[in-house]
Amino acid sequence: MGPRSHFDKDLEELNGMLGKMGIIVEEAIGRSIRSLVEHDSSLAREVIADDNIIDDMELEIEEKCIKLIATQQPLAGDLRKIFTALRIITDLERIAGHAVDIAQVTVRLDGQEYIKPLIDIPRMAVLAREMVKDCLEVYVSSDLKLAKDISRKDDEIDALYKQVFRELLVYMMENPKTISQATQFLMVSRFLERIGDHATNICEWMVYAVTGTRTDLNK
Amino acid sequence: MNAAVSIRNLNFYYDTLRALNNISIDIPANRVTALIGPSGCGKSTFLRVLNRMNDLIDNTRVEGEVLFNGKNIYKDFDVMELRKKIGMVFQKPNPFPMSVYNNIAYGPKLHRKADVKELDGIVENSLKAAALWNEVKDRMGNNALGLSGGQQQRLCIARCLAVGPEVLLMDEPTSALDPISTAKIEDLVKDLKEKYTIIIVTHNMQQAGRISDYTAFFLNGEIIEHGVTEEIFHRPLDKRTEDYITGRFG
Repeated sequence: MGPRSHFDKDLEELNGMLGKMGIIVEEAIGRSIRSLVEHDSSLAREVIADDNIIDDMELEIEEKCIKLIATQQPLAGDLRKIFTALRIITDLERIAGHAVDIAQVTVRLDGQEYIKPLIDIPRMAVLAREMVKDCLEVYVSSDLKLAKDISRKDDEIDALYKQVFRELLVYMMENPKTISQATQFLMVSRFLERIGDHATNICEWMVYAVTGTRTDLNK
Repeated sequence: MNAAVSIRNLNFYYDTLRALNNISIDIPANRVTALIGPSGCGKSTFLRVLNRMNDLIDNTRVEGEVLFNGKNIYKDFDVMELRKKIGMVFQKPNPFPMSVYNNIAYGPKLHRKADVKELDGIVENSLKAAALWNEVKDRMGNNALGLSGGQQQRLCIARCLAVGPEVLLMDEPTSALDPISTAKIEDLVKDLKEKYTIIIVTHNMQQAGRISDYTAFFLNGEIIEHGVTEEIFHRPLDKRTEDYITGRFG
């Protein structure tokens, strides 16, 4: 056994817990968008109910980090990694919150025929899911190049958001009866845009964990 | 940054074994500098070089310069005078087997003649500066060996202060103490840096983090990295420093 085998095992466990939370959050985005696209309000209600699981995971990881800080007094790279974990789970929890927001839109639009087929919103969701998935990969691999690639996807999401915004604006101007639904879709695209921002935050924390310096990947 | 002690190209040998290898470092005045590193890396040897404690060991040799107030301590100083100015506190408290009062008065009496009133003042001020006065003022005549370990260590610090030093060298001063006594010494160190320059050897990374302004990491007789403590413990530049402070070796 090495001089810090128990601590290393604890850090491995923390990695595993974050990875698991990341997968569940990523799936929540996918399920919420599927519920919207497929008019599936029962799936939407599941997404809303399952948010508790994510909240519990956030608490569990928080507890683990606090315990490691209290008992191991981590320094340097260890300290940065644990601190980063604490910041990441806040962003992951917010992302999951936006998945719930999207699911609530599905419930609100239950039984309504959509004013248009949803094309760009699912594309935004695919990008957002990829960002979250890759972020967690960076946490484990410390691959900074990947972190920068991920933040570029946020630019694509932002571009799609602007496109959706313009498109929906035209719908609303042409036919005021679409306003109520178009506003809901606008909100969904806004939630996805925010998810991209949170994923970018996660990448920035990854860079900090590896290098010790703070960076703004939105620039 | 005003340096209290400047070390230039220092090599130190025990017989043919080179224990310190080309050390150059400025020790900032009125700051706490922590020396960290695994056992046998040379940090205690380095500390002893600074007040010529190694003079007592046969077949040792020093190369390079240790400048204190601009003067080379191995050429321009009388060793008694040097140790007055650069005092040392050891790992285990080592009070003299005599009264509390005489422990403190011993140094001033040795170095110069002082009348009783003056001595009383030195003893009281030194004990106050070492945050021990309130605990011992009513038992100045008692044997110092009856004090607790933490009190004995503060007594040893007071004993150093009594001869008017500028630099205090501390070799793991809390390693034999309980957490409360340790906290008192750590608090004291932080207070003392207003008047003194402190160099402390510690194996406790958290202690180095808590009390020092600068940290130097020693490995195999060399200084691998030194700088502001916060930076060393947050984002060390050298992988060996990172590995040591995070417990991967040592």
